[in-house]
Amino acid sequence: MLFPFLIIACLTLASAAVAMMLRNLIHSALLLVLSWAGIAAFYLWAGAEFIAFAQILVYVGAISMVVLFAVLLTRPSRDVDLPLPAPTVLRIASGLMAAAMVASVLLTAVLATRITGGRSHAPNLTVKDLGALLAGPHAASLLVVGVILTVALLGAIIIAAPAPAERPEDQP
Amino acid sequence: MSPLHLCLLLSSGLFCIGLAAALTRGNAILVLLGIELMLNAANLNFIAFWRFGGGPAATGVVFVLFSIAVAAAEAAVGLALVIAVYRHRKNIRLQEVNSLRG
Repeated sequence: MLFPFLIIACLTLASAAVAMMLRNLIHSALLLVLSWAGIAAFYLWAGAEFIAFAQILVYVGAISMVVLFAVLLTRPSRDVDLPLPAPTVLRIASGLMAAAMVASVLLTAVLATRITGGRSHAPNLTVKDLGALLAGPHAASLLVVGVILTVALLGAIIIAAPAPAERPEDQP
Repeated sequence: MSPLHLCLLLSSGLFCIGLAAALTRGNAILVLLGIELMLNAANLNFIAFWRFGGGPAATGVVFVLFSIAVAAAEAAVGLALVIAVYRHRKNIRLQEVNSLRG
């Protein structure tokens, strides 16, 4: 039971770490997609199939495409694939130190906690149950999420749209 | 060491990788991706506690669904902001986008 988990964990952590160290933005984005797919595999392993497919649809499908478009639209030069300039040593050292401190706090907290009880097998939750929950007790939250998504979409279009004078089709 | 411990260690590792990326990298897109990784680590914790904890049957899954939806909205707005900054300054290095600095 634990062997698939260890493979998934190693794959996810390794691809995320390498993605954050690479200098080429496109390679980083593609490795992060692999890491998100690893997280989806973890959800499958844990028995949350619906969440796993939602993760694949949203992250591996949609967000990765948006990220790749943003990377390609904001390249400094269209022809050469310039590597990013290296961050300064002070910035790297302080960032890594902060992350290491958070990591040590989290590790000690997790390792010092004794966990008793809990389930030994995955709770039986079908998509039908999930739909009933979303349409029943959580219907208000579902509506709020819909409003948030609509507002975020409109806001993203307004922010990213060029100013009216820049649009070529508006020129006389 | 129980499976829940291992899941929590995995999500702590992912969270710290995301935090290190958000703090050290200068490119706005990579900072945003680091934040997405931290959000994913939080979702992973919800699923781990839903699977191995003893709480009510479906709360974790429903919360992760909403969390994924909000993360998608956040990514869309964040990348739109990156594109807007690039249009104004032809650059998305965060050290150089400092007109809002006090």
